[in-house]
Amino acid sequence: MTAFDFHDMIVALPEVKLAAMSLALLLLAVVSKKENYRLVAWLAVAVLAVTGALVACGTHGTAFGDMFVSDAFSTYMKLVVVTGSAASLIMATRYLEHEKASRIEYPVLILFATLGMMLMISANSLISLYMGLELQSLPLYVLAAIRRDSVRSTEAGLKYFVLGALSSGLFLYGASLVYGFTGSVDFTQMAGILQGHASTLPGIVTGMVLVLAALAFKISAVPFHMWAPDVYEGAPTPVTAFFAIAPKVAAIALLTRVLTGPFWGMMQEWQQVIVVISMASMLLGGVAAVAQTNIKRLLAYSSIGHMGYALVGLAAASAAGVQAVIVYMTIYAVMSAGAFAVVLMMKKDGRMVEDISDLAGLGKAQPLLAFAMSVLMFSMAGIPPLAGFFGKLFVFQAAVAEGLYTLALVGVLTSVVAAFYYIRIVKVMYFDEPKKAGFDATEDRGLKFVLALSTFAVMFFIVMPAPVLASAHAAALALIP
Amino acid sequence: MHLQLETVAVFAPLLGGAIAGLFGKKIGDKAANFVTCTLMLASAGSAIALFYDILLKHDPRTVQLFTWISSGALNVSWALRFDQLATVMVAVVTVVSTCVHFYSIGYMAHDKARARFTAYLSLFTFAMLMLVTADNLVQLFFGWEGVGLMSYLLIGFWNEKESANSAAIKAFVMNRIGDFGLALGLMATFFLFHSLDFKDIFAHAAEMQNATIMFLGHGFGALNLICALLFVGAMGKSAQLGLHTWLPDAMEGPTPVSALIHAATMVTAGVFMVARMSPLYEYAVDVRMFITIMGGLTAFIAATIAITQFDIKRVIAYSTMSQLGYMFFALGVSAYSAAIFHLFTHAFFKALLFLGSGSVIHAMGGEQDMRKMGGLYKKIPHTYVMMWIGSLALAGIPLFAGYYSKDMILEADFARMGHVAHFAWVLGVAAAFLTAFYSWRLIFMTFHGKPRADKHTMDHVHESPPVMLVPLYVLATGATFGGWAFRKFFVGRMRFKFWGKSLFVLKGDNVISMAEHIPSWAGHAPAVVGVTGILVAFWLYMKATKVPGKIVKAFKPVHSLLFNKWYFDEIYHALGVVPAFVVGRILWKTGDGKIIDGLGPDGVARVVAKGSRETSKVETGYVYHYAFAMLLGVVAFITAYIFCVQR
Repeated sequence: MTAFDFHDMIVALPEVKLAAMSLALLLLAVVSKKENYRLVAWLAVAVLAVTGALVACGTHGTAFGDMFVSDAFSTYMKLVVVTGSAASLIMATRYLEHEKASRIEYPVLILFATLGMMLMISANSLISLYMGLELQSLPLYVLAAIRRDSVRSTEAGLKYFVLGALSSGLFLYGASLVYGFTGSVDFTQMAGILQGHASTLPGIVTGMVLVLAALAFKISAVPFHMWAPDVYEGAPTPVTAFFAIAPKVAAIALLTRVLTGPFWGMMQEWQQVIVVISMASMLLGGVAAVAQTNIKRLLAYSSIGHMGYALVGLAAASAAGVQAVIVYMTIYAVMSAGAFAVVLMMKKDGRMVEDISDLAGLGKAQPLLAFAMSVLMFSMAGIPPLAGFFGKLFVFQAAVAEGLYTLALVGVLTSVVAAFYYIRIVKVMYFDEPKKAGFDATEDRGLKFVLALSTFAVMFFIVMPAPVLASAHAAALALIP
Repeated sequence: MHLQLETVAVFAPLLGGAIAGLFGKKIGDKAANFVTCTLMLASAGSAIALFYDILLKHDPRTVQLFTWISSGALNVSWALRFDQLATVMVAVVTVVSTCVHFYSIGYMAHDKARARFTAYLSLFTFAMLMLVTADNLVQLFFGWEGVGLMSYLLIGFWNEKESANSAAIKAFVMNRIGDFGLALGLMATFFLFHSLDFKDIFAHAAEMQNATIMFLGHGFGALNLICALLFVGAMGKSAQLGLHTWLPDAMEGPTPVSALIHAATMVTAGVFMVARMSPLYEYAVDVRMFITIMGGLTAFIAATIAITQFDIKRVIAYSTMSQLGYMFFALGVSAYSAAIFHLFTHAFFKALLFLGSGSVIHAMGGEQDMRKMGGLYKKIPHTYVMMWIGSLALAGIPLFAGYYSKDMILEADFARMGHVAHFAWVLGVAAAFLTAFYSWRLIFMTFHGKPRADKHTMDHVHESPPVMLVPLYVLATGATFGGWAFRKFFVGRMRFKFWGKSLFVLKGDNVISMAEHIPSWAGHAPAVVGVTGILVAFWLYMKATKVPGKIVKAFKPVHSLLFNKWYFDEIYHALGVVPAFVVGRILWKTGDGKIIDGLGPDGVARVVAKGSRETSKVETGYVYHYAFAMLLGVVAFITAYIFCVQR
């Protein structure tokens, strides 16, 4: 292994370019005056667009002594992550200006976090994994607390940081145990060692469970979910939107790679953990959301539930299951972007509102907005023929194909419970008497664009699902041949 | 499908019903009446032409329309089977229905929903025609249910009257019991024959006479089982004893409905169905024995009830039930042609009687209680004459239609050897006496004696308009000459050619031929008791008018039994309705409300809401609680694994 290999640079070109451009943008931001916030923000979007293009045209292979891997799976997931980041950035720009929170650090931090996520997705050893994880997490902590003048925002950032540090500790402890028993941090080598007898050693299992717990924290799966409602509610809404979209996708991708890669030989062991976590997440996501009155909190629980459904596909531990997870996360990201776009439009008399009851009467006042929100809610509830239905269908199919009947049954039943609170929002919009009709008309074209795109994709997924399904299939085959 | 007589006969009423029903409000009542009546005339004209063509020129045929169901072994098509039996029925149904359509123009002149009424009548006619021209059991079932539905709608036509609604529901429920039997019979038929087409069933009937079907753990003779189940259906539709209670209540409907549906046509569907299935019933000896007994009992018991009733329509309703009993015991002794002959003549004179009574009710301004009538014959002479003709035919007085058919039934019954047939014969003769008696009781109470209505009503009594009287004349012609003119075809020397292969009788069962050799006293008995009945009625209600009251007092228990219709309604109420309500209430309040709703929707909702509150409480906001939960989760997972691995 030489110190600098040109081939490594080619394989990791998107990440390298993103890092360089982010630093350049930071430099630009620092030397220029604050009025240039909008320029920085749009440049950041452009950087993400370039990164996305590089990812799409990227080379597959390993780099940096097998610490970094680029394959069909990483390409697909990175594209989802980059698109999600870009969407959340587009949604945030005008909003932050209006809220007088337009700090130039915001776009740059998003870029760094995205870089961290891309590294997570491509990680092929415990070391690079941890680096990616931390590179992602640190900007997120800052982003959560970006409104330093707001108690709720700082509280959210602090909570997230403390608990995130705890999860990092768990991860490191688990990783050291695994390293101690296998003698390797490389995923490929670990996979070879963990075949057969070694996988049942208590030390290995403990290490694996600790690693799993840390990653479950990142996707806010039960019982490592408790930060999510508080942080979602406390953080500024664009940050919440970002939290809900990109890091979740990246963390699920990482979890999938770790479980199907180094720990594949311990499938018997981790499958049970995933089943329990998945069931608990679906149950809690369904039940706890019922009593919520704050829409951001509601979406936090909804996100917990969605992670549960995605894990159903992972629990199947098959190529079809991984494909279902990928499709589910794609649809989830699209739906979340749309839903948060609506939340960002909830403004009355120049003041942001977050209560579900504020949506009352929207059906009459702003029929188009109400329609878009209804489509998104029905899709999240899994009503055919919207995209959300297919996401659920594929994960349940994968679970049933592997004989996980109880899990699929719990999933179906909890989705009935979850349907209640999604459809309640529709009911509130169309049937409840408004306290004060309608929201302020939004001038934000970015928001409108994201909402329109998301609604359109959700509605017409059924017409052309093939591109998504085919790419997801190829991505899944890269992990489980 | 080009225009044929057959399709016109069957589908013209459907067209009329559809036009009147869908566009009745737009085109108005008069136009609706005009359309339906014209199309009914076309239908009846075609039917009479077919009658001539098929029955007198002996040319049965089947018109294939199109395939209905094709699924595995089950193939059902829409087809119009115009054989001799069906053609007789089509002629009867269309002619009587046309009369009733025209009559209704006058009778319903003051009603609010005339278009709806006439649409129902036409649709009923269509359903009945589908029933009688069915080529397979499924189509028959379609028609069967169709007439049931229209009957329900027409009984409850005056839906602002609560009694009409409950009568409609009662008719529907009682028929449902019968239909259940019919449906089971249908399934059993398919099970045995793997086909529901009549031609397949009839072709293989003889091979199946020793087949058995396992049912409720017993092996039953397959044909006996099928025929018994089908007969349950016939009992419901044709108001045989046990499932008859709906028929008298059905008189809540407008009188033309009673005439068309509950006298002339629909209630004879059971008789028709058994005759249609004669190739099966011939091999089901036990069931035919049962039919004979049921028919005899129905004829007699209905007649005994009729002599005590005061509602003019109820008297005729019970008389209908009684006549249906005659038809059934004719079927029971294999005298299918005699049963259909009686069905044919009965349709005319019973429709005549009903429409005549409708004319009386119309004249009296809606009064149906005979105790409030009397002395009407001078005011409504035409109606009076019509009622006489109808009654003469009903009582079986020689030369009138009913004489030939009823006589034939009783002779065939007598000719049949065995206790069962003779038991039915005795009941039949007794019923004949009672029939004559209650018919003239009706005439004397309604038309003779002193007027018992108040002066105001009597002043307004008026003869019905021509549009109501002309149908009466048509029916009266049938009631007078129908028996005499068609005797030789239906049951006389021409009968074999007339019926062709549409009725099937085993060699040893040819009771119509045997009937020619019965002793003369038995042959004359029905007419003699009929005349006696008239004389007794004359004596009791014209001469010694005090005597009926004394008889009632002397035989109080017997009278109560008869007057209360043998307490069938009360028994059913106690055994069926009350327990059903009790069970229903338990299932509703406890079963559905407490258990299903309680554990199901309500309970789950409660648990979810509670769970939601509890989980929200866990979200305390304290970081150390959250961290504790995470560590707890990790410890739980690891502990579980350590134990698993050690094992």
